[in-house]
Amino acid sequence: MAAAGERSARELSPLVSAKALVKRFGEVEAVRGIDVEVFKGEAFGFLGPNGAGKSSAMRMVGCVSPRSDGDLRVLDMDPQIDGPSIRARLGVVPQEDNLDTELSIRQNLQVYGRYFGLSRAHVRAKATELMEFAQLTERADDEVDTLSGGMKRRLTIARSLVNDPDLLLLDEPTTGLDPQARHLLWDRLFRLKQLGVTLLITTHYMDEAEQLCDRLVIMDNGRIVAEGSPPELIASYSTREVLELRFAPGESGDVASTVDGLADRVEVLPDRVLLYTENGEAALSATHARGVQPLSCLVRRSTLEDVFLRLTGRTLVD
Amino acid sequence: MWYRRYWRSNLYSSGLQPLLFLAAMGLGFGSQVEPGPDTGGVDYLHFVAPTLLVSGAMMIAVFESTWKVASGFQWQQQYVAVVTTPITPGQVFGGELMWVGMRLLLSAVVYGIVAGALGAWLGPGALLVVLVGVLTGLACAAPIMALSATVRNPSNAFSALLRFVVMPVMLFSGTFFPISYIPVPARMLAWVSPLWHGNELARAAALGGGEWLPLVGHGAFLVALLLGGGLLARSRFYRRLVV
Repeated sequence: MAAAGERSARELSPLVSAKALVKRFGEVEAVRGIDVEVFKGEAFGFLGPNGAGKSSAMRMVGCVSPRSDGDLRVLDMDPQIDGPSIRARLGVVPQEDNLDTELSIRQNLQVYGRYFGLSRAHVRAKATELMEFAQLTERADDEVDTLSGGMKRRLTIARSLVNDPDLLLLDEPTTGLDPQARHLLWDRLFRLKQLGVTLLITTHYMDEAEQLCDRLVIMDNGRIVAEGSPPELIASYSTREVLELRFAPGESGDVASTVDGLADRVEVLPDRVLLYTENGEAALSATHARGVQPLSCLVRRSTLEDVFLRLTGRTLVD
Repeated sequence: MWYRRYWRSNLYSSGLQPLLFLAAMGLGFGSQVEPGPDTGGVDYLHFVAPTLLVSGAMMIAVFESTWKVASGFQWQQQYVAVVTTPITPGQVFGGELMWVGMRLLLSAVVYGIVAGALGAWLGPGALLVVLVGVLTGLACAAPIMALSATVRNPSNAFSALLRFVVMPVMLFSGTFFPISYIPVPARMLAWVSPLWHGNELARAAALGGGEWLPLVGHGAFLVALLLGGGLLARSRFYRRLVV
């Protein structure tokens, strides 16, 4: 089979390969034995609620956090032994921007490039190219403090590309940005993906994962609870469509028994009843036939968010 | 490959303060002090010029290794950014210490030249005083950086450091008068103060005199503090940045 052949060829060189990887902070186990393989050219996502262990996993891959147990290989090297050589080929976008606010945009890129041992002439040209890419050319000589949140984020991403990395680690790249800034960032990341850069992304935004990730794992409580492409995950953990019926607060509980059997799965929330089904319209007609009268109703396609909530629960984690 | 920083120092402030002290104490206050056995038989200006260089170096070291270093871990987090590159935490520390060394050298040289113009030096020993200043500054900077890399609440730690350590050390380490004038218990504090050891060395270099053995002891104390503090700080940088 062609697909299997392609797969085995790719398996020759996973860029990241973790087996039973564990991270402990004292008594707390943040990562509890995960198996992950990331291949060249793919965009791989770690999805999970806050505190799921995504960032800890990411820091181990980034060689700034030693593993507590298990095996980890990055770019076919051991992070514990070859940290600097691996880091030389990684790009890292941290959760919080840590730009040098006393330097200009251009200087931030140039100084960072020098940390990789790149020549002055090279980083000068590279900085110009990256400012173009991040749409920051007009602000080249402004100080970082004067930038908006979205601009800082773009600069952080541009900075992570200064060494032309083989693998780009993005820890919650768009958290805290407005929709315009997010879409612009996604556009840039998508372009990188097309250029063949391998992306490793953590996020708790479902739309971000659906937009960017070819393959992802959902993490909860330090473990991987599901793995696959976004459509695969929706197919295995949710249905094609969802019918949402909205009720006045408190009334939704009474409806639960009435709609029983009309869908593959029914979820009752305080103000809504969700029916997971192949055909939302058919389910809607059937509920009307049974005399259910919701305040409003909505038929929509299932999203990764449905998968996520099903797997990680609706209760607040922290 | 080492940790690079841009030249952003403000030479004016670091060079100016000890020079103001030199003008006020050496020329102003010093005009009231008769040369005597306590000043080694020289004018107060000559007596105080080398130690003001050394205590100025200590102040620079304190400022360069407190807020700036803590900020690299906590507020601006430049160090956190740097260790995602091939640079290691040990190199970050080495680079910062080197940076402090360069600042110390620069301001000591500026001070040396201006003080020379004011006639504060008696001979070429001033060149040695510059080196003593740099060594003393580094010996202070290394352990303070270890502190800065350790504390989670730097504001409290640093104000305590300034009030209860730096200030007394500044006043009672033989900068302005020989420590034989302070009571023995307090004198014991001066014995463990890097500034006193630096001052003794600097004064011997500038004015001549002094016996070899104590001088070697002073130098050894400073080198030991630099090495011990440096090793401690290096491991603290690792512990803070690799978790």
